[in-house]
Amino acid sequence: MPDTGLLLYGGAFGLILIGIAGIVLSAHLVRIIFAVALLEAGANLLLLLATWHQGAAAPIIVAGRVPDLMADPVPQALVLTAIVIGVGILALALSLALRVQRAYGTLDMHEVRRHMEQDIADEAGIDMPSSSHAPAAVQTARQESGA
Amino acid sequence: MQRLSSALFLLGLGLLIAAIFRGMEFGTVAPIVGQAINSAAAEQVGAANFVTAVVLGYRGFDTLLELTILFTAATAGGMVLGKRSPTAKRDPDAGFILQAGADLLFPLLVIVGLYIILHGHLTPGGGFQGGVILASAFFVPILARPGTRMSHTAVSTIEGLAGASFIFIGLLAMFGGEAFLTPLMGQGELGALLSAGSLPVLYLAVGLKVGSELAGLLAQLSESEAVD
Repeated sequence: MPDTGLLLYGGAFGLILIGIAGIVLSAHLVRIIFAVALLEAGANLLLLLATWHQGAAAPIIVAGRVPDLMADPVPQALVLTAIVIGVGILALALSLALRVQRAYGTLDMHEVRRHMEQDIADEAGIDMPSSSHAPAAVQTARQESGA
Repeated sequence: MQRLSSALFLLGLGLLIAAIFRGMEFGTVAPIVGQAINSAAAEQVGAANFVTAVVLGYRGFDTLLELTILFTAATAGGMVLGKRSPTAKRDPDAGFILQAGADLLFPLLVIVGLYIILHGHLTPGGGFQGGVILASAFFVPILARPGTRMSHTAVSTIEGLAGASFIFIGLLAMFGGEAFLTPLMGQGELGALLSAGSLPVLYLAVGLKVGSELAGLLAQLSESEAVD
């Protein structure tokens, strides 16, 4: 039987690490947004655990009975609002992704970045920013797009 | 190469977090503020659910600002998505099972949502949770019949009235010489439905605001033009 506290904290940090891993490793916008949602869940769990106490009851008086040890209501109140705000932010992020898909026809971050650089260069009437140290992948992609 | 450096970064971050939290004491820290609130909330606020006492009583102003964040997110979502062109294609209606299920679920979800909102000061739940259930009640019919339109005028009217009444209740306390959002109207009997003064009214406003905001945002998302 593993230690409950270790399990809970490990879960919280695990969720945060998985979220950050999703953000830095994946190139798909929707996957990045879902990774942010996972990161948010981990952060909420960590916030709740900040004052976690083994065996503490919920801070609610039922039928006049006051529990001996009650959990801290402050982080619970914070997380309660944070979850709902998270849903709103998730919807906003998804609608932004929808606009990106509509504008460029792709949700791949590398593609989107290339399109945006192309747009900026076209608008300013200059060549695409380039460097002799640019990775080979970028240079071939640039040649393919005819820049 | 980029994947390798990202993986190295993650490994370093994981080690850093592990190093920071290795020396911390888990689950044994005494919650000083929480214990003070737990022992005083029943007399000071009169809500049997101390989380509600914190959300609307001790830090009601924060709750108002968090509602503002939600409002900003919903407004920005509406701005980003824009109006759909009248010629855009719509998804066809769902099958019989989903339509009948949506019809059955709608009254149930409305009742459960309102119950959770109105009992927020007694049981786990409250305006935020009940508001989300209310939003889903109005969103499920849209999933079943994508052709139906939600009246955005009604949604924004409810949202505006709820937000204004939250602030108005807060200002009422100020007219009485108290601080902004001080609970009014006495405390009543602990654990009764009509207790904790103005907290249930505030939570009703929060629930209607959260519900109409999320329902409006979801309807906007589902109304936006699909990209083939």
